[in-house]
Amino acid sequence: MIEKKEKTEKVFAKEPKKINEFLYFALRNTKLKVGLSIVLLFLLLTLIGPLFTNYELNAFSAGSLSSPPSSEYWLGTTVFGQDIYTQFVYGLRATFIVGAIGGGLATIIGLLVGFIAGYRGGIVDELLNMLTNIVLVIPAFAVLLIIAAYLDVRGILMESVLIGLINWTWTARAVRAQTFSLRSREFVDMARMSGMKPLKIIFTEIAPNMMSYLLMALILQFGGAILFAATLDFIGLGPTQGISLGLMMNYAVLWGALQFGSWWWFVPPGFAIMAIVGSLYIMNVGLDEVFNPKLREM
Amino acid sequence: MSLQINNLRVYYQTLRGDVKALDDATFDIRDGEIMGLAGESGCGKTTLGNSIIYLSPPMKFIEGSVELDNEKLPIWDMKKMDKYRFKKVSIIPQYAMNAMNPTRKIGKMISELLDSKKVSYRKTKQELERRLDLVELTHNILNMYPIELSGGMKQRMVLVLSTLLNPSLLIADEITSALDVSTQKAVADMLVEFRNREYVKSMIVITHDISILYQIADSILVMYAGKLAEKASTRVIIHSPRHPYTKLLISSLPKVGVKYSEKKLIGIPGNTPMLLKPPIGCRFRDRCPVAFDKCIEEPPFIEIEKDHFVACWKEYRKNA
Amino acid sequence: MLKLDKLTKTYKTGTFGGKLLPAVVDVSFNVKKGEVVSLIGESGSGKSTIGKMILHLISITSGKIDFNGIDVSTLKGKNLKNYYRDVQGVFQDPFSSYNPIFKADRIFNIIRQEFFPKIEDHKWKDKINKSLRDVGLNPDQVLNKFPHQLSGGQLQRFLIARALLLDIQFLVADEIISMLDASTRVDVLNLLVDLKSRGLSILFITHDLSLGYYISERAIILYRGFIVEMGSTDKIYYSPLHPYTKMLMASVPRLDKKWEEVKIELKGKKAEVSTGCVYYERCKAADRKKSCSQKMPGLVEVESDHFVACDCFKKK
Repeated sequence: MIEKKEKTEKVFAKEPKKINEFLYFALRNTKLKVGLSIVLLFLLLTLIGPLFTNYELNAFSAGSLSSPPSSEYWLGTTVFGQDIYTQFVYGLRATFIVGAIGGGLATIIGLLVGFIAGYRGGIVDELLNMLTNIVLVIPAFAVLLIIAAYLDVRGILMESVLIGLINWTWTARAVRAQTFSLRSREFVDMARMSGMKPLKIIFTEIAPNMMSYLLMALILQFGGAILFAATLDFIGLGPTQGISLGLMMNYAVLWGALQFGSWWWFVPPGFAIMAIVGSLYIMNVGLDEVFNPKLREM
Repeated sequence: MSLQINNLRVYYQTLRGDVKALDDATFDIRDGEIMGLAGESGCGKTTLGNSIIYLSPPMKFIEGSVELDNEKLPIWDMKKMDKYRFKKVSIIPQYAMNAMNPTRKIGKMISELLDSKKVSYRKTKQELERRLDLVELTHNILNMYPIELSGGMKQRMVLVLSTLLNPSLLIADEITSALDVSTQKAVADMLVEFRNREYVKSMIVITHDISILYQIADSILVMYAGKLAEKASTRVIIHSPRHPYTKLLISSLPKVGVKYSEKKLIGIPGNTPMLLKPPIGCRFRDRCPVAFDKCIEEPPFIEIEKDHFVACWKEYRKNA
Repeated sequence: MLKLDKLTKTYKTGTFGGKLLPAVVDVSFNVKKGEVVSLIGESGSGKSTIGKMILHLISITSGKIDFNGIDVSTLKGKNLKNYYRDVQGVFQDPFSSYNPIFKADRIFNIIRQEFFPKIEDHKWKDKINKSLRDVGLNPDQVLNKFPHQLSGGQLQRFLIARALLLDIQFLVADEIISMLDASTRVDVLNLLVDLKSRGLSILFITHDLSLGYYISERAIILYRGFIVEMGSTDKIYYSPLHPYTKMLMASVPRLDKKWEEVKIELKGKKAEVSTGCVYYERCKAADRKKSCSQKMPGLVEVESDHFVACDCFKKK
């Protein structure tokens, strides 16, 4: 008896590609959406804000000292008659620059140190660990005070670079730990047996697996740099030229805004810093949920 | 006193729908019987084992009944099942040996467990020590941390722990898979010894390694793609299986004494079906060498001779 | 083709690397062209370590690995890359061998970039199709998919196809089928034997004795880093001499007979570095001699192509 065998089609369940899966959850995550919107709002303000102001940055305007917000001066004036709104939008610019350069630099250094230490192991790892520990232990403020004493003129760029050189340590530690664990996975061995050079393996095999972590680290570094810069500016270790949100608050306190009740001088910059950094951290928590399926509410 | 399962259906909830992991399971286990549950990955054996004792999301109870010692188990209610766990039905889950809390000494872990079941640790200690002797573990193990033990020792420890309160049913899920050959034999022998001494009444031993089942099980239940394929005594399954899948499975096992050059073994071509949308009718149809048109209907799991159940249209006729 | 000479690997453990952990000790054996040799051992025997040393993934503490006259441990840079044209490996976990975020065929592209940078597209396509057919896969069904869309058996065969692209002479197969389902194991196993008949030499690392018997001509039994018995598969399986081999044979669950009432001595956790025979603690007292506790016995040829490291046996 000849048996007729039916050929059934294999129904390969169409799985959404991994990238789409992330987008799907990303677009549905409230924390991510809210946080990102707030940051983007401030970024927009930075870019187009200065277009709306007629005043020059530090121009004095005798006759309207310490005046509260009005239609003429949207955020009021300082004790010297400078328009706070103008200072605010330029200050925002400085803040974002410091965040980008300082945070970016810290991330890059942290990545390089972490990847190399984690991949090579052995003596290289020991040396890099020692370096990380030394930088970690250096009292940042003491160093900055010394630098401030020697350099009379400091700009935003200098401040960003200094922040970048100090803040990279925790990123390096975390990246090293992840690299260690990924390195022992078999696909790295397969890449080695394909004759790939170590640096290529790190960037094409290991780093992509840590993309979610790297993105989150970048965001945290960005926020951390802004915060650090604001603190430095506030206590007077900031740049000697230009304006930033922290500097605004510094001047406000120095020139008696608290006593005179000119809240419009220090509340906007303070609020802006809090909003930006806070939103970045909330974005981060949202991203964690997007990348880590176990945290999602089903 | 025994286990009776009727029409048990347990699905997995996923974003894309229900995965029909266990469909229509009906079978019995007698007192004192060690039943082996065999099948490949994805066949539903772990689902079956877990659903009897720990039906947690994403597993979803659809229908069916589980009766142990003539008492219906409320498997769909996690809280109500609590009073049965460890006392009437116990499980050694897969990777159990890695499931011990690394920061607890073993003795402390046991006392905490017994406390949660409202059993006095002091009163049970003597029996515990007797069991430790049986599995050749020193009493000193109670003062050790899990990391100080080898794989085999951990597995034996978990075996003692799960059976301490003399449950009627023990479900052992792949307990020998991660062990060395020599330790495997020792642990498997201990399972039988526990049954012989009536520390446990009956057992379900889940594994993909049929040769271990041949050594220790009284009967074997073979599953495929969420459905029961064949159940019979061990001797019958190994030497005279009836279901095409069972036949192919047994013949694909390398045996000591069989060389490629003498007798080339054949595997089963194709893949197991996806259970999100299982094929209509017999799930083995695509890969079955003897499938015919009736197979488009689902074959029921019926007794073709005493204590021998098969789900295959071809096999019913032979006995009719 | 491949010659191991007193190969040793010792790990430094403990704080500041004070303690020494010998993983592989004085292992010497050969693999000829077109031969399948089984390296059999339980966990902790050092079999995977040997495989990784042959593949130059772990450094050697002492001893030599000789491949067609070249000392493998000295290979670097371009020479190492050329070595990989002849020698490749496949590992136990098919899902861990692929980078999960990329498609499975990326492994072919990597080979192309590194070894065939100037090859034309259509020639490359033909080469891939031939390799896939050689391992029994249908190119239309397996190309352009992510690893999680393929089964374990398909992934392992994919890896073998990758090795074939390079026209290798030697394959290290480290437990390649232990994570596969019973029905697909046999297919991959049969594939290995087919490849052997075309001239490929294979080092088949496994803990499963029945697999070793099925496909290999020669077998090597390892215990805690030492070779305890070695020789033709028939002789080892039908007349095992070393107490450890005998114990292994008695413990293998078989489908044709039940376990005998042989009591197994279970080992504890501590791996002691003693001076005597490595199997001394578990060896049955009746077989023990005084010399066993003093010196680790060397391998002696008891009959043609059958070596044992045990003082109970003398040279032929």
